[in-house]
Amino acid sequence: MTADRATGAAPPHAKAPHANAPHLNGMYLNAMHGSRASLASQVRTLVRRNLTHIKRMPEMLMDVTIQPVMFVALFAYVFGGSIQTGTAGGYREWLLPGIMAQTMAFASFIVAIGLTNDLDKGIIDRLRALPISRSAVVIARSISSLIHSSIGVIVMSLTGLLVGWRIHTDVPRAALAYGLLLLWGFAMIWVGMFVGSAMRSVEAVQGVMFTTTFPITFLANTFAPTEAMPKVLRTLAEWNPISALVQAMRELWGNAGPVAADAALPLRHPILASLLWSVGISLVLAPLAVRAFRNRTEKA
Amino acid sequence: MSAPALEAIGLVKRFGDFTAVDGVSFAAAAGSVLGMLGPNGAGKTTTVRMMTTLSRPTAGTARVAGFDVTEDPDAVRRAMGLTAQAATVDELLTGRENLRMIGELYGLDRATVRRSSDELLARFSLTEAADRMVKTYSGGMRRRIDLAVSLIATPPVLFLDEPTTGLDPRSRVELWEVLRDLVRDGTTLLLTTQYLEEADQLADQIVVIDHGKVIAAGTPLELKQQSGAAALVVTVSHADDLARARGILERGGGEVFVDEGARQLTAPSEGLRALTQVAEAFAASGIEVDDLGLKRPTLDDVFLRLTGHRAEDESADETTEVSV
Repeated sequence: MTADRATGAAPPHAKAPHANAPHLNGMYLNAMHGSRASLASQVRTLVRRNLTHIKRMPEMLMDVTIQPVMFVALFAYVFGGSIQTGTAGGYREWLLPGIMAQTMAFASFIVAIGLTNDLDKGIIDRLRALPISRSAVVIARSISSLIHSSIGVIVMSLTGLLVGWRIHTDVPRAALAYGLLLLWGFAMIWVGMFVGSAMRSVEAVQGVMFTTTFPITFLANTFAPTEAMPKVLRTLAEWNPISALVQAMRELWGNAGPVAADAALPLRHPILASLLWSVGISLVLAPLAVRAFRNRTEKA
Repeated sequence: MSAPALEAIGLVKRFGDFTAVDGVSFAAAAGSVLGMLGPNGAGKTTTVRMMTTLSRPTAGTARVAGFDVTEDPDAVRRAMGLTAQAATVDELLTGRENLRMIGELYGLDRATVRRSSDELLARFSLTEAADRMVKTYSGGMRRRIDLAVSLIATPPVLFLDEPTTGLDPRSRVELWEVLRDLVRDGTTLLLTTQYLEEADQLADQIVVIDHGKVIAAGTPLELKQQSGAAALVVTVSHADDLARARGILERGGGEVFVDEGARQLTAPSEGLRALTQVAEAFAASGIEVDDLGLKRPTLDDVFLRLTGHRAEDESADETTEVSV
């Protein structure tokens, strides 16, 4: 112990923190004198950070690039021959909207893993100790996830064009289908926020998401028509939110065959049904996700 | 003296039935170092979390740079920097990008961020590593960039939660030097530690916390005097001799602690002269001794004195306890 510390007194030059004491090589108390960053600039900073992660670890994009392309190849060329869709464009055209919806459903993975990782590593605490808006982190995470998923949508559209998928309708209808897809991605973000806030590790997120999201995306009209399924499964599949979205996209892009007369209600009004599902899921899960996030961070 | 830069007033934090922090109060003058000493699970991190607005107190409050943590958390956040127990820098960003991100979030303009980043990187000997991803950094470098990031907005108050845990001795001493520089420049520090030596090296005032309560407070010197200048530790060869050995040690006048399992006795000691006398007494008594020596006061001794139990008894990890 040095002699000057034994006194236990504050150094003679110490002043109240408000005083304009020269501080750190002549700098002043930047934080207290600087203006607060606007929400937009906070979000921009955090989105850039999230996107830098993708740049540094491009393998993060595998889930929206290589994986769906592999599914296209697998279903179009391996199973495709034995699946009857009764559409003019054939199975590959019919398949593409299904895989796009599935890829978008995995946006929830991306959000959940990113969030759990940040919680786990203490990044969220570091951000919460800063004078920033409470919602900046959540908004930034949503935006970067939608960008991430959109890269997947572009890759899937290009892959589709390569294997013979075409849009047979007009621009407004094509755009509406993409819009529904993005809205679905928005709903999935809240699912991801909820799971990400509730789980303790990235491995747990992967476990939970894989065993739930994966079968849910299959128990639908994504890869095979629902008409051939056993009655109970068929009902489940036709009420599955993904089925409405996929049916809507198929109709809007002109990739659909006629809907069976005995199909469940959502499949007979797929655009409206998909809209309602996405909005409904967001409305229910957003408050749950915010509460789970608060419980996780503020009660600790 | 001006108003304290740091003040805890009866802070309480309960998680369900578990009381992690049970009425903690202390104050630190501007430009001083407050050391918070205690074992794992004592409530140090929870106290820091309440003072840095991360956790809402169940009761009581705290003021940082004069701002109330519950009433004006945003002002507190502007006035303080926090370096948490685990280095919370973004591993996929470079050192410079980490500084820039936090600087921008504080609302600093670009020129200030650039200038401050350069200065901090130089000050922490990270200029060469500035444009490398943090995941390539060594443990000591990570701690330094973590601290640098906390300083980007030059906050007048800095919280450091176990800043040197897991560091090798050289990095630890280097970090101490950096912290001394900061204090010289007028920053108020609150640092938690499990190491008496660290508190001894850095702190002007120490509060000792156990089971969520302040059990002692004072300057390092005062605390060390409380825990005895040095301790005499004797390990006897046969457990049967423990009672007689105790008798010999009690002649010194101090209270003797006996650890039967380890056949070890601990007594306060005045220094080398006492050691010689005791050694002679044991030789004369014929008690076989495995080991006999002087031990400088450690955190354990402080705890033994203050609480009657050793610090390691507290095996619960604070972070897991918090998540109950």
